Amino acid sequence: MQTETKANIDQISDGNHGRITVLRFSGDISSTSRNAVVGSYAGIDKSLPVLLDFTKVDYINSSGIALVIQILMEASKLGQKVAAFGLTPHFQKVFTMVGIVKYAAIFPDESSAAASVAGSATS
Amino acid sequence: MANPNGRPVELHIPSRIGYEKIAMGTAASVARLMGFPEDRIEDLKTAISEACINAIEHGNKLNENLSVGVKLAACGDSLEVKVLDNGTGIASKPAKPDIDRKMHGEEDPRGMGMFLIQSLVDEAEWVNDTNGEGSYVRLVIKLDKEAD
Repeated sequence: MQTETKANIDQISDGNHGRITVLRFSGDISSTSRNAVVGSYAGIDKSLPVLLDFTKVDYINSSGIALVIQILMEASKLGQKVAAFGLTPHFQKVFTMVGIVKYAAIFPDESSAAASVAGSATS
Repeated sequence: MANPNGRPVELHIPSRIGYEKIAMGTAASVARLMGFPEDRIEDLKTAISEACINAIEHGNKLNENLSVGVKLAACGDSLEVKVLDNGTGIASKPAKPDIDRKMHGEEDPRGMGMFLIQSLVDEAEWVNDTNGEGSYVRLVIKLDKEAD
């Protein structure tokens, strides 16, 4: 009954000479999404800022949000900047309710999210 | 097409993660027929998702031989949803999730379901089992006529 979570890792320019990693999720994000969510984050370059793309995510429950928090925990320890985009207005509200916006700003689209983290590479 | 007589719509879903989507879709359909705006319908869907997942995981312990009951009743300007399981209920309501504590590893990143339920609907009540017939959570959303 659940749509499998898929994650694609992309890199985009930050508009100068830097790069930004984009984790593009699709499907559902729930308790069964650990490999796709936390696993995909584990494989990226931690010296670059990262965007979480939820544009193609249909459904997120609180277990899925917990996985996002685990990414933010790791990123925070490393000083890595994280931003999110592509959430529906409803899930923007939910993310705000649980406080995620304190650790990862939410943007309506990729360009505004990228602008917020541009130049924040840690190496 | 709306439920003019207030007769409940009732369904039973297997205690298997993923099947909460059936309850979400049914509730959305009933709410839409009642004239709820889409943003409130999304609130209701998420609340029901969390309630069903709690029933599946904690109430029925993922036992697929047990089902989760979902009863929807339209009453005037309110839609009441009960999610029933075979468990004994909750011992106590968990504390409000604290993102700072979660981020510092002082609190489990999970455990936000009940908080979301309470935050997204107008009324939420958890009723523990008292006579061996299981427990339930009762959710209510209300049409706000003054918002028109």
